[in-house]
Order: sequence, then C-alpha cells, then structure tokens
Amino acid sequence: MTGRTHRAIEAAWRIDAPRIIAAVARMTGDVGTAEDFAQDALVAALRAWPEQGVPDNPGAWLMATAKRRAIDFIRRGRMLDRKHEEVAYEIGEDTGSPEDAIHESIDDDVGDDLLRLIFTACHPVLSTEARVALTLRLLGGLTTEEIARAFLAPVPTVAQRIVRAKRTLAEARVPFDVPRAEERAARLGSVLEVIYLIFNEGYAATSGDTWMRTDLCDEALRLARVLAGLMPQESEVHGLAALLELQASRARARVDADGNPVLLMDQDRSRWDRLLIQRGLASLERAQQLTDTLGPYTLQGAIAACHARARTPGETDWERIVALYDALTEITQSPVVALNRAVAVAMAYGPEAGLALIDDIADEPALRSYHLLPAARADLLHRLGRDAEAVRELERAASMTQNDRERTLLLDRAAAWR
Amino acid sequence: MRFMVIVKATKDSEAGVMPSQELLEAMGRYNEELVKAGVLLAGEGLHPSSRGARVRFDGTKRTVIDGPFAETKELIAGFWILQVRSLEEAIEWVKRMPNPHNEQSEVEIRQVFDDADFADVATPEQMEREKRLRAQVEGAQRS
Repeated sequence: MTGRTHRAIEAAWRIDAPRIIAAVARMTGDVGTAEDFAQDALVAALRAWPEQGVPDNPGAWLMATAKRRAIDFIRRGRMLDRKHEEVAYEIGEDTGSPEDAIHESIDDDVGDDLLRLIFTACHPVLSTEARVALTLRLLGGLTTEEIARAFLAPVPTVAQRIVRAKRTLAEARVPFDVPRAEERAARLGSVLEVIYLIFNEGYAATSGDTWMRTDLCDEALRLARVLAGLMPQESEVHGLAALLELQASRARARVDADGNPVLLMDQDRSRWDRLLIQRGLASLERAQQLTDTLGPYTLQGAIAACHARARTPGETDWERIVALYDALTEITQSPVVALNRAVAVAMAYGPEAGLALIDDIADEPALRSYHLLPAARADLLHRLGRDAEAVRELERAASMTQNDRERTLLLDRAAAWR
Repeated sequence: MRFMVIVKATKDSEAGVMPSQELLEAMGRYNEELVKAGVLLAGEGLHPSSRGARVRFDGTKRTVIDGPFAETKELIAGFWILQVRSLEEAIEWVKRMPNPHNEQSEVEIRQVFDDADFADVATPEQMEREKRLRAQVEGAQRS
C-alpha cells in the first residue's frame, strides 16, 4: 500500500470517525459496540481502498460499512431473539427497517448524534480520567497510543481505562442521549470540564520535561469549537471557547528559544496570535450576549481578554481583572482562584494588599502543596525589597513543582535575587 | 498545523458574476460543516481584481498597477484558513467542498508557516532581529 493512500484513509477516518461512531451508537444504543463497528469499517477500508482506490465520498463509504455491521449485529440479536424486545427498544422506531439507515444522508442528525456522543463520553458515571480518555478516543479520533503518549501513561493503562469506561457505560445502561432540562446544566458542566482538562494537560504539563503538548491543546480547542457549533445558545460553551482561544493565542510566546517558560508579563506580545485573539474576543462577546450572569469559564475568558487587549503589560486593566476575580471567587469558592485574585489585587493596588490576601489563604489545604503560592509570595516580597524572604519562597516553590523547566525558572530567579 | 485553502479565480468570478443561490447554499452548508468540525479558523471571498491593485517593486522604484489583471487562473478569488493535523486532512476537507465554479478551476492548499519551521533555518540572531521587527511593526500599528 502506498503511504499516500494510507494517510488519506487516516485523514478520512479522523474527520469521520466521531459521526460514524455517533450514528451507529444511535442504532445500537451503546458507544462501545459502535466504536467496534466503526473500527471494523476502518479495517475494511484499509483492505479495500489501496486496491480499489479511495472512493469519491470516503465518509459515506465508512458510514455505510459501519452501519451494515451494526444491522447484522442487530439481526443476529433478533434471531437469537432472547434480547429481541430490548434491542427493539434500544434501536428505537426509526430502525423499523434497518436498511433504511444506510440510505440516510450522512448529514442527517449529525449534530444531534455528535452531541449525544459528547455527553455520553463525559458522563458523570465515569471517573474524570476515563472521561478524558474516552472523549479523546471517540471524539478526537486519537489512538490509545497517542492518548498514552500525551498523558505520559503506559499504553496498557490507557487501553484498560477505555475498555473499563465502555463497560461501565454499558452496565449502567447510560442512554445514548442529550440530557433534558434539569440534568442538562450539570451534565454540560462535566463536558466543559473534560475539554478544559484536556487543554490544561497540554498547556501546563504537570510533569515531565515537555512544557507544552501542542496536540492536546489543539484537540481541546477543536472540541470547544465543535461544541460551540453544536450548542450555539449556551453562554458557557462560548465562554470556554473564548478562554481556550485566548490562552492558545499566547502559546508561541510562552516558551523561549531554548524551550524555557516565559511568564505572562515578560512575554513578547508581538508574538501573540492575532487570529486566535480575534476569535477569542468574538466568542467572549457571544458568551456575554447570551446571559446576564456570567459563568466561570466566561469570567476566566474575560480575564484572559483583559490581557489580550493590553498591548503592553503596563496597559493591563488590573482593576477590571480584580472585579472579574471577585465574581469568579464567589462562584467557584476555589482557593486557587483566590490566589490569582490576590495577585491581581497586588497589581492593581500594590504588593502589600496582595500579600495580606495571600497570607489569609496560605493555610488552605488545597494550596499547601501548590507551588504557585510561594512563587506568587516571592514575587510580591521582591517588589517590596524583601529579597531574602523572596529567595526562600522561590526555593520552596522549586521544591514543590513537578515540571523540570519550571523548577529551573524558579531557581534561576532565586539566583538573580540573591 | 494550519493551511490556507485558496480558491482560484475564473472568468465569471473576475467578471463579478455572483454565485448562484444553489452554490451559495451549498457553500453555506460546507462552511457550517467546517465550523462544526472545529477546523475553520477564518475564510473570506474576494472581489474581482478589477477592484484591486498591484504595486510593482523594482529596486527602489514602486509602480502602481490598477486591476483587473490578465492571468485569471492565477488570481485568488477566496481563501479559508484551516486548522488540521496533516496535509492529507486538509486535502480530504477540500475534496468535500462543493465545486466553487461552473467551469474547470483549481483549489490550492498551502501550509502556513509556524515558528517551528523557522527554527531550523534561522540563526538565533535572525530570530532576534525578527522579534525586534515584529515589535516595531506592532509599535507602528499602535501609533
């Protein structure tokens, strides 16, 4: 097989896998078997296309093949008849004649099916890790190997995690559906959290010596954009998209030529990605238009926008950032948010004010092993001319971080202030 | 990685003939599909070259040439910026595009440079100069 054909198959697969899995899952009611049938279609393509050539509409070919497998499966179930009623219930009325499904335009209900798939992969019955892995697998078209590499986890661990997640969904009889009104807000929260976690894993790698794992960021950003297209009326979906676009806009400036991290205030802002900033600000505007009370992602997006709008660090509207953090602290009750707020207060109203706030929260259990707290203290102590204390705080921060490059950055600064 | 997908001009597009209702709808659906797949970053259609101009560079001389321009098939009628994982994925998306013209035409796919592309060829001094230059451009835009 030529490499070209192989890569063409992979490309078609990446584009179409999510909607194929989603469409088949609507027939079988189960994402686990749906993915198996979709994989079967991929294997069939890898066998057939190198000889016959890539079809004009590879997506339709893959979809039809996967659906045919699903229909065979359902038929077998009917012949066995033991689970007849159950299957009939699960496949619903629109599969009264299974063959019809093949002739459906592949565009039909694509949006709805994809939404169902996203909500199912992010179902709260699954652990956070399982949700993340399953989402990357089912919606990102990532292989188990790619997910393992991105999370620095052994391949068998990730493979197991995915298998177990599928089994959990099947055993819990999680319906393949978008939740209704009451449940919807909480379930959407879970979806947004998963996308946010994927982005963060790539953006600030918590361990290892790779500061950024671009692929994860790109994929999270893509998922946020997909979701914004599927749920255009949800403010927080646009808020998350805004936050991720704006964070990603700084990716190029976040590391220097040697791969060392560069802090926000020291970044060369001419290297920020104008296209992503523009998209982020547009998403933020949409998020703000849709509601009077901004949610946590929109508030974070609005904070990121304050930085994006400032052409130089000196132009940053810190008072507005403090106000946004006030609102965010109220919603999230998160000590990490409180820490960020303290830093913003220090920027807006002076280091003493910030330091007092940090000391108020220093004993929070959630912050006790959080390296950014001593790092922030160090910065404010330095600005107050208390460098000896600042150096001690930097060393404490360095001993707490898991990221090699970040540790180097902290120790370099300590050396400079000593 | 990012790709610019370039739709070339045709006699009709250069004559300012607007696309049919049918094509507009098909393109609308296609664009929506790109958005829903999360791959479309930006895209615009361009007016005929009769509403544009060229500036010819020759040493220190600059000559303005008004449109329209003759070599229709080399002209650009519109573009998309796509964010995908490979050239093959960009190709696959382009193949799914409705035919933009009712005559033979080509759609070109070009990868957008990113920093990593320069790392191999540029010396640290060149990178530094580029950085300064960017900062100056930013300064000029501000003033």
